[in-house]
Amino acid sequence: MHEWALAEAVITAAQQIAEKEELKEIREVNIKIGELQQVERDIFRFALSQLKPASFKNATFRISTAKTTLKCRVCEHTWLFSKSNLDEDTAEAIHFVPEVAHSYIKCPKCGSPDFEISEGRGVWLENIKGVR
Amino acid sequence: MDPRTTVINERLRRIGRIIAVSSGKGGVGKSLVATTLALELVRSGYKVGLFDLDFTSPSTHLIMGVKNVQPEEDKGIIPPVMKGLAYMSLIHFSGDQAAPLRGADVSNALIELLAVTQWGELDFLVLDMPPGIGDVVLDLVRLVKHIEFLIVTTPSRLAFETVKKQVRLLQDLQVPIIGVVENMKMNPSENIERETEKLGLQFLAGILYDPEVEDAIGDVTKLRGTTIAKKIREVSANSII
Ligand SMILES: Nc1ncnc2c1ncn2[C@@H]1O[C@H](COP(=O)(O)OP(=O)(O)OP(=O)(O)O)[C@@H](O)[C@H]1O
Ligand SMILES: [Mg+2]
Ligand SMILES: [Zn+2]
Repeated sequence: MHEWALAEAVITAAQQIAEKEELKEIREVNIKIGELQQVERDIFRFALSQLKPASFKNATFRISTAKTTLKCRVCEHTWLFSKSNLDEDTAEAIHFVPEVAHSYIKCPKCGSPDFEISEGRGVWLENIKGVR
Repeated sequence: MDPRTTVINERLRRIGRIIAVSSGKGGVGKSLVATTLALELVRSGYKVGLFDLDFTSPSTHLIMGVKNVQPEEDKGIIPPVMKGLAYMSLIHFSGDQAAPLRGADVSNALIELLAVTQWGELDFLVLDMPPGIGDVVLDLVRLVKHIEFLIVTTPSRLAFETVKKQVRLLQDLQVPIIGVVENMKMNPSENIERETEKLGLQFLAGILYDPEVEDAIGDVTKLRGTTIAKKIREVSANSII
């Protein structure tokens, strides 16, 4: 349920952009969600619909998912994050703060926790489209 | 764009004062001062939060003798109440595991927790800072509107020289500094007091080295009886409340 807090951040950020670009009516909001954070899309989408202000009434929220690419800083091995081999508590901890992945996940090749989350970390506002 | 930073001040809106207990130097007693200050403010009847921002070496939970708990969710993350404090630490998520984080990860975790933690209404939020003037100091100064610093040093010139640099940085950035606490004093020298006043800052207290502190670690009742706690009680009454 902390998806609400993230949705609120997206709406607030989108409003700030709309203001800066002097958009009166927003038509489209493009959001990317990294798999690592395991955001519950339905709750997130519902929260967006509840939180959106009047100028977003006709806006389409497009939510795309980005696979999470992890890259080892020691041996340069690159691999994809998968939730399936994590227990429930660990998955939930990473859901709250994706960086704690470093406490639970290790490079499958050399065992180092010193990897980079090169792509697909969390919630990202790509852009918004609207009319002045 | 990263949407998270836009909601941080909304999350902190109902907090009266946000006090970062900080030092240019490590090992000077920040965590002990931050924890006793938070506990003292609770004892005085205030609503208080404690946020351990030393993600890679958290220690306030050890000082209070509390364990990690998975926080509840309600339109964000609700900090569990421990020893009367709304208590947030990365240990709620990393547990007993090490958290080997680089600077960018520290910054990201900090922004995440600031954006999703629902502190609600608090009189004080005390922040236990990691040593130095790195990512956490810079991010807080950048992102948190009404932050204030309380600086801890030891009598050593090695500590105070780093503190001076930190003070200069904060003064340049026009961040309020409550004052300086000198910890682990071994003799009655007034050197740090004079040096603090030269910086235009209030000298809050000189705390003696107290060999009994170690025995009080993990036991809040014992902790409240230490000389540190007594001094921090005075600091709280005279310069904070
Ligand atoms: N006045 C004191 N008398 C005796 N021991 C003290 C005193 N103040 C702090 N200590 C001890 O010194 C050590 C360092 O204290 P503490 O962890 O609070 O410092 P810190 O500045 O938070 O360190 P770090 O930079 O690693 O976060 C601890 O073992 C603590 O118990
Ligand atoms: Mg500390
Ligand atoms: Zn590797």
